[in-house]
Formats: sequence, structure tokens, C-alpha cells
Amino acid sequence: MSDSNVRTATIAVLVENEAGILARVVGLFSGRGYNIEILTVAPVDEEKRLSRITVVTTGTDMVIEQIKAQLDRLVPVHRVNDLSLAGPHLVRELALIKVIGQGDHRVEALRLADAFRARVVDATTESFVFEMTGDAEKIDAFCALMRPLGLAEICRTGAVAIARGTLHMAA
Amino acid sequence: MSAAIASSTATTDQRPGAEVVLRALKEQGVDVIFGYPGGAVLPIYDALFQQNAIRHILVRHEQAAVHAAEGYARSTGKVGVVLVTSGPGATNAVTGLVDALMDSIPVVCLTGQVPTHLIGNDAFQEADTTGITRPATKHNYLVKRSEDLARVVHEAFYVARSGRPGPVVVDLPKDILIKPAPYVEASKIGHRSYRPVMAPDPARIQEAVRLLKRSERPIIYAGGGVINAGPEASRLLAEFVHLTGMPCTNTLMGLGSFPASDPQFLGMLGMHGTYEANLAMYGCDVMLNIGARFDDRITGRLDAFSPNSKKIHADIDPSSINKNVQVDVPIVGDAGQTLAALIECWKQDPTPVAKPAQLDWWKSIDEWRAKKCLAYVQQGPIIKPQHAVKRLFEMTKATGRETFISTEVGQHQMWAAQYFGFDKPNHWMTSGGLGTMGYGLPAAMGVQVAHPDALCIDIAGEASILMNIQEMGTLAQYRLPVKVFILNNEYMGMVRQWQELLHGSRYSESYSEALPDFVKLADAFHAKGLRATTADQLDDVIREMLAHPGPVIADICVAKDENCFPMIPSGAAHNEMIMGPDQEKNARSVTDEGMVLV
Repeated sequence: MSDSNVRTATIAVLVENEAGILARVVGLFSGRGYNIEILTVAPVDEEKRLSRITVVTTGTDMVIEQIKAQLDRLVPVHRVNDLSLAGPHLVRELALIKVIGQGDHRVEALRLADAFRARVVDATTESFVFEMTGDAEKIDAFCALMRPLGLAEICRTGAVAIARGTLHMAA
Repeated sequence: MSAAIASSTATTDQRPGAEVVLRALKEQGVDVIFGYPGGAVLPIYDALFQQNAIRHILVRHEQAAVHAAEGYARSTGKVGVVLVTSGPGATNAVTGLVDALMDSIPVVCLTGQVPTHLIGNDAFQEADTTGITRPATKHNYLVKRSEDLARVVHEAFYVARSGRPGPVVVDLPKDILIKPAPYVEASKIGHRSYRPVMAPDPARIQEAVRLLKRSERPIIYAGGGVINAGPEASRLLAEFVHLTGMPCTNTLMGLGSFPASDPQFLGMLGMHGTYEANLAMYGCDVMLNIGARFDDRITGRLDAFSPNSKKIHADIDPSSINKNVQVDVPIVGDAGQTLAALIECWKQDPTPVAKPAQLDWWKSIDEWRAKKCLAYVQQGPIIKPQHAVKRLFEMTKATGRETFISTEVGQHQMWAAQYFGFDKPNHWMTSGGLGTMGYGLPAAMGVQVAHPDALCIDIAGEASILMNIQEMGTLAQYRLPVKVFILNNEYMGMVRQWQELLHGSRYSESYSEALPDFVKLADAFHAKGLRATTADQLDDVIREMLAHPGPVIADICVAKDENCFPMIPSGAAHNEMIMGPDQEKNARSVTDEGMVLV
């Protein structure tokens, strides 16, 4: 298992929305020594009591196949889908970014926010909170630009992902 | 219409939670539970007191309750049931649960819990049982609403026995056991997400059959999955092995799935497996693994494991496939259904069998067999442990009685696996995956409860037996005539063996100092105590043990320095076996990489 074969996988998992399910998934990763780069979870169908978990992980093909099989083996798991293998897919995350500053820095921050299509969701005479969605690189790039302009705090949701086209996941 | 009425009356006809639990157990066919009472489960104990359908066996420690349920499950094919209280009751059960998880044994463990309004308050005897047992079980539940109670108990049984079996915990807060709860019948419940694949993919079966037919050096390697699939799967395994004429080897967990007395049987494989089984695994060109998981005790050094073979792996658990070893033909499905499909396909597929080549293969195997890797010399008064097991086997066989063997963990376990021949499944109970010392006595107890007239023998070591020795009390209380056959070498023998091989014979803390007098110990527990110190006493002691109608401890004082061979040292390959003490000194010194392995 050489490092050259390591890939990143974005895996969507449809689960029963029951107590302890997140602990089960997280425990699986820590117990078996897998990486979690990003993990997001939220209920997606209240009526059917389903939640969707998005996991971004890295490993060799063999490890990623193991991760998927182990996830699928959890009793409350309905479906496991490797979006990275399934084809083209969208990955988005939401970030709230607080920038504190005055004068030219404020003007520059606002100009860049506009270029990145970040929205101002809170403002004082000394601060902005920007909201932006996008893939991780876009948010990384925006945060890097804000750093010299008074970047004070970053809050990110982690990625959610969905396949393009008609391909879809159901319980 | 009538069903609708029935279900509406069911919801109005509410009974205390504890009664609902027992009713669900009865509907699941439970006739015995192993348990230990305590504050949080008193309502269930009160309900047990007022009925006769379910028998309760009071153990002396909760770990033993789980092992007893495992023994019961492994010898009957049914789900074993455990009942323990909250806090320490649940934490004591954890070792048993992990043992059942590693060996895929169906167990439902009901744990008491503090009342729902106290959960999280650090109440007396509160533990986060679902948190602690999450990685120790196949699945677990905390019942927080009375309306979920019956469904959860039924689901627990479904999950425990379906697919790859395993332990399931149901944590029951005390108020839920007291409050009225509706009953729901098992047939009204379908699991929402858990539906394991049972039927193998026919295309894969055909691929496997073609590979096997063209194979010049095939081998079938069968594990505990065949036993878990039920006795019919073992019958089909024998049919397939005979149909194909191929050699067959078993894992420790798989012993009994193929008759040990069959000429096509190569014995157990792996770290203490036979020379012929391991060399056949090393040299084969096609391997069919059915119901085993390429455990590290089987493969030895992974990069040298069966280097030139095509590998077919049939397993009910997709996560077992390609976990340790990359395989060429994966088959997901039940072992019984897979074997039935293989037999059917073998008969119909026109591919000619590579027969003459297979004759050469059998010639090589016979040469390896001629090494007689399990031979030992019993000379003089000192009892060789191998000889003790062999005589036990021969003498129990001569009685013609149905015999179940359990073991503890260590050298005696390996000798039992090597020298006691199992011709039927479900008659061999050993802690394979977790390697739990203290497993054998409670497991034998559980077997004896399920098979009151059978001969149930725990082949033990003097160190392991002390880990759950308190269960001698349970044997006395329920008049369970379990025989404890201790191979007493006054050492934690396997630890001593590794220290000899890997740590310059520095026997750090592996001597069994200050042992009890096992004969007196038996007496104190209302059992019969016997001892053999010389070879000429052995048969008499075994005879007396087998003839005694009650529980027995037979203290067999064996050679203190005997090691378990053959052995693949850690980090070595199948063709680098140590065959015996003469080779031990010349053996390739174990590498640093090997040293870190357990």
C-alpha cells in the first residue's frame, strides 16, 4: 500500500435518523483508524426519519472500499454511495467569515467579497460577517485574501455533496 | 379486517414493560436466559418469578453469563440470551459481548438502566451502556419510549441472528420496565434498513467453479461461517469436497464443519495448523475460502501468503472481502446457499476437471502428511499434554456419547484443536477472535444447559480456568455435570512459549505461582476432584471423570516445558514453519517486524 495510491473520496450515507447514529459512524472511523477529513449530517426526510451524512475521507482504494463496506454494515445504514466514483457531482459548503477592520481594509474586503459573491449578512462600523457558499478551494481562497484585511473568525459547515443528473439515492 | 382489530386491541391491552419483554422473548422461542439480578432489572426478575416458560440460570459473574449464552448459541444454532443489571452488570458483560462480536455468535443481552429521568445524572449504578457497548456489539438500543419496547426486543433478535450473527444489547431503563407498554407481535415488524444478502450472484458462482475445475492445485479453506449457516451448510461442504475431490482445511472456528476423520481433511491451518494444511495453502493455485476471514492467525506474513493462487472468497459480510487479502472472485452470500449453488453449478458446467494434475497435487500433500507434524513421544512418567488430549478424545469417542468440547485460551486450546477430532459442527466452542481466557467453563455450562444428557468438557489451562472459576458454583446449583479437564503445566504456557522464542527465555510473570489445590477446590464447590501426575494414572482419571454423574475438575499435571508445534512464528510465512523443539534453535530469528505482531 504505497501512498501514491491514496485518493480522496466523497461518500454519501443515508441513515436512520436515530439516537447514536452519528456516534456509530464516527466511532467506526476512529476505531478502525480511518481518516475523516470532513463529516456533515442533517435530517433530510422527517417523515421517513432519514438523515444524510456526507463524509470526505482519504485512503488507498482498498481502504476506501473497506470504509464503504464497514459503513454499509452498520445496522441503521440504508445506502452508501461513493460520489467520487459514481460520476460528476456537486460539492458545496457554507462559510460565515467575520472580518474586523477600518478604512481601506474595509473597502477592499467588501470589493473582494463582491468578486467572490459573498453576501454581507451582518455589518457594524468596524466589522462584517460574510456568508459564502462554494467548494472548499473557493472558501480557502477567500479566507486567504481576508487574512491581511482583518480576518477574525471563520465558521464552516463542511461539505455536502450530490450527484449531477438523474442519479439519486433513496432508502 | 380481523388483523386490524387484533392490532387495535393489542395497543389497548397494555401490560407492564417487564411482562412485555418476557412475552417477546417467549415469542422469539427463548427457553433459557443466563443472568444476574440487580436494582435496575428487578421488575424483569419479578416477572420471571411469576412464570414458568423461561428458565433463568443464575451465574456468578456477568461475563460468564455472556459466555454461557455463547455456548448455548453455538451448540444449538439459536440466539443466546443474557440478562444483567445496569452499571457494573453491563460493564462486566462487555468482554463477553466483544467475544461474541469477534466470533459472530448470536446473543441478545438485556441490560438494566437507571430510569429515563435519571439518565445522564451519574445516578447509582449508572453507566453509558449504549456508549460503552457500541463498538462491542453488532448493534445496540436504548429503549426510551414504552411503545418501542416490544419492537426493539424483536428487532434485537432479528439483527442478532441475521446475516453475519453477533451480539445485540437492549438497554432497558427501569421506568420503562414498570410502565404499561403495548405488545406487538414479531410478524408485524419488518426491519427498515438491515436486509443482508443471502443468495450468491450466479455469475460469480460460475466464475468460481470454472477456476476450480481448471485448477491443478486447489484447496478449500472453510471457517466458522459454514457452522453459523447451520448444519445443512456443513453437510453441503462435505458434499462439495467429495464431489470435487479437493483437499479441505478448517480454521479454528471452522473445526467440525468438515469431518476430521475424512481422508480429504488436512487438519487445521494457520499459526498452529498442520504442515500439510499450511503448505497446501502456500502452494495452491486456486483457493476457495468459504466463511472465513483471512485472519492474521491464518495468513501469517501477508505479502508471502499463498503468493501464486487465485483466490475465491465467499462470505456473508461484504466487509470481510478484500479487507486483509485481495481476492479474485468475491462472493457475497450465506455459506449454505453458496455451497448449494457451487454444487449445482459444478454438476452442470461443462469445463473439464484438471484431474491428472490434481493427482500430483495429492501426491505432494501425502508427502507433507508423511512428515507427521503432530507426532509426539510419550515416554516415561511425565504426561505430555498432547497425549492427555489424545487419550481424552479416544476415550470419549469410545463411550459413544454426544460430546461437546470447549476451551479456554492458550496452549491447551491449540492442543485441543490439534488432537481432538470433530466430525460434526456445533460441538466445538472456543474463543477464536478475541482469545478470552475464562471462556471455556461458562461456555461449557451454557452447552450443558442446552444438552443436559451430553458430555460437556472444558479443556482448560490452570491459569485460564481461574478467570471464571466462580462458575463452579453455578454448576453445583443446577447440577450441570460439566467436566473441567485442566492441562496443568504451572505456566501461562503460550506466554511462556513466546517468551522462550522471542524474549530470550526470560519468563516474566508467566509462572503460575501459588496455584490452588484443584482437587480441594472441586470439593469446596461440591464437585469431584481428580488428579493425574503420572502417565499411568491418566486413563484411570479420564475414565473416572467420564463416569461421574456430576461436575468434575480433573487436574492433569503435564510436562511443564512442552511447546505447541507446528508453529508459524509471527511475521513468518506458511513455508517457514517451526516443526518442533529441535528446529526451534535453528529457526530463522524473528524479525523486528515480526516482534511487534501479537
